[in-house]
Amino acid sequence: MAENAKGLQARLERNIWGLLIALALVLSVGGIVEIVPLFYLKDTMENNRFPELVWNHDAPGSVPIVTLVDGREQWNWKPGDGVRPYTALELAGRDIYQREGCYLCHSQMIRPFRDEKERYGHYSLAAESIFDHPFQWGSKRTGPDLARVGGKYSDEWHRAHLRAPRSVVPESVMPNYPWLDRNALDPSTIQIHMRGLRAIGVPYADEDIAVAPDLLEGKTEMDALVAYLQVLGTMAKLDDSKVYRE
Amino acid sequence: MEAELEQKYSFEVVRWFTIMAVVYLVVGAFVGVYIASELAWPALNNIFDVPYFTFGRLRPLHTNAVIFAFGGCALMATAFYTVQRTCGVRLWSDKLAWFVFWGWNLIIVAAVITLPLGITQSKEYAELEWPIDILIAVVWLAFTFNFIMTIAIRKTPHIYVSNWFFLGMMVMITYLHVVNSLAIPVGLFKSYSLFSSVQDAMIQWWWGHNAVGFYLTAGFLAIMYYFVPKQANRPVYSYRLSVIHFWALMFGYVWLGAHHLQYTALPDWTGSLGAAVSIAMIIPSWGGAVNGMMTLSGAWDKLRTDYVLRFMIVALAFYAMSTFEGPVMSLKTVNALSHYTDWTIGHVHSGALGWVAGVSIGAIYHMTTRLWHTEMYSVKLVNFHFWTLTIGTVIYIVAMWVSGIMQGLMWRAYDEYGTLAYTFVESVDAMHPYYVMRTIGGAIFLFGAMVMLFNILMTVRKATVSGSLQRARIAAASV
Repeated sequence: MAENAKGLQARLERNIWGLLIALALVLSVGGIVEIVPLFYLKDTMENNRFPELVWNHDAPGSVPIVTLVDGREQWNWKPGDGVRPYTALELAGRDIYQREGCYLCHSQMIRPFRDEKERYGHYSLAAESIFDHPFQWGSKRTGPDLARVGGKYSDEWHRAHLRAPRSVVPESVMPNYPWLDRNALDPSTIQIHMRGLRAIGVPYADEDIAVAPDLLEGKTEMDALVAYLQVLGTMAKLDDSKVYRE
Repeated sequence: MEAELEQKYSFEVVRWFTIMAVVYLVVGAFVGVYIASELAWPALNNIFDVPYFTFGRLRPLHTNAVIFAFGGCALMATAFYTVQRTCGVRLWSDKLAWFVFWGWNLIIVAAVITLPLGITQSKEYAELEWPIDILIAVVWLAFTFNFIMTIAIRKTPHIYVSNWFFLGMMVMITYLHVVNSLAIPVGLFKSYSLFSSVQDAMIQWWWGHNAVGFYLTAGFLAIMYYFVPKQANRPVYSYRLSVIHFWALMFGYVWLGAHHLQYTALPDWTGSLGAAVSIAMIIPSWGGAVNGMMTLSGAWDKLRTDYVLRFMIVALAFYAMSTFEGPVMSLKTVNALSHYTDWTIGHVHSGALGWVAGVSIGAIYHMTTRLWHTEMYSVKLVNFHFWTLTIGTVIYIVAMWVSGIMQGLMWRAYDEYGTLAYTFVESVDAMHPYYVMRTIGGAIFLFGAMVMLFNILMTVRKATVSGSLQRARIAAASV
């Protein structure tokens, strides 16, 4: 080794604290340059230029998504109105989606290629997962992309498919999820989940949280997961003539 | 000599980490083979009609078992061994080292219980829920602190190159783990990531790729820089190359995560930056591989007889191969084809099975004979293990190359009428033979790992029966 060298390297090699500080600095550069700007560059989120992508963007959290009037659901949002937080039932479904590790085989991120457009639909926008804590873009397609699966199949198809995928798609390698029908949802935790999300910026209205346990009453995990799958990609209406992303 | 070493160094904790590393190698590889079989024969997902064995729940168990259980124990064993040998002092604190051992194993037990139960943050390689995350941070910092303090009290003027790499890993993993695990708890076993959308994705892959870059690369390069020269009984080929390799890797690797998000909703500048640095990283990576291999220059004949060197040199070849493949896959045009396919899985495994497992298995065989003061129970079985590792890995990655590229091509294929040529499920169906082939490759690798465990345990038994460890200890006590 360079026993007599006087350079920086030689000094760091003999001083653990100096080496530690040098490393701490060198190792932080890449992350800071690549991550920090994403939080403030306006171009990152498409809804900065196209605010209509997000539902109720003028007064987030002022209107509940869905309420119960005499036991019947009354919706203040309809498909295409824009990206919004998940309803209690959808959120419960999303929790199950995470629990079962669906993201390990299904992506939710359509890339801007011709074949993906034809297979799955319009390319995905960052704004579409603005309320996704954590994101579910995935990294692998053992099964197809699900970013816009909402509305493509009937609820009944999804139920049959989740119970036993090979009963509807013989070549599928997906597991059976028969327990989804058997397990009732637990309405006691949903409000804590929603308040947690609200604390980190998901704009739930007070009434969204108040009505949540009632929305889950008597529902199964299957109901929740299907509700989640059926809303995927249906929130914002994307316009082919607009360039959302360069 | 043996007594001297026993007295001077803290070996007991290293012995335990070594044995646990081999145990977890078998466990992790077993779960891997099982989930590989599930993709080939999906009925395996639903055995016993319980939810705990589906691919979605076991895959995180597989990745956590091989990365944190096997990889972690191998790193902790080698780091504690190397830092003592290269600094010429005993560990700063034996107690803290044992705390790290028990803490780390507790984390692994917690992972084995919670992941099949579906308790997950659903961020890849960071699935463990927040209470376990806190435990990881505490144990990791204890590991780091003990390592740093041992260097601080060293008897040698210089800090050896292996320790630079270990140190880089420790600092970076602390950054990554803390930032990527930031979440709001909404129950003892449930939390939501603090971030969403693009920011969450970028932070996740900044973590994801650097878990590879620092945990699985820098850490194992540290192993390479100590054990290859030691085993070959020659100095590292080039000091200058080590310095360049080290700082380029430390600075550059951090940027690569963005290449996991090419063509997604991540802004183009970030992805391109990630890809550009990825390409540049070929140079330091190959510098490191060359540095390791050329250490053998003039002693190549040792490869014929030295089983440890054989593992390490083949590992370096896999390292060179996958650090070339990686940058190629980060290019936008290649990534458009390879992303979302099995090619990625193949790439990971050429690094994980060939490089990470290869170099640490070599190091474990090297340490075993020294830690237990005896020869291996069977050198024949070590050689047999070498071939199972090499052949199993090659079968695995070839299967994934074929299936990955085929998937990518099928998804984008058009027929003469200008419509998509294949439905998605046709691509799934076409994968079956390759999923079987991959399972076979993995099973061969697993069999080798089981042989290794048997061989190591028999060596320990031999050391007990012959009294070699006992003698060293008694002699140490009386010195």
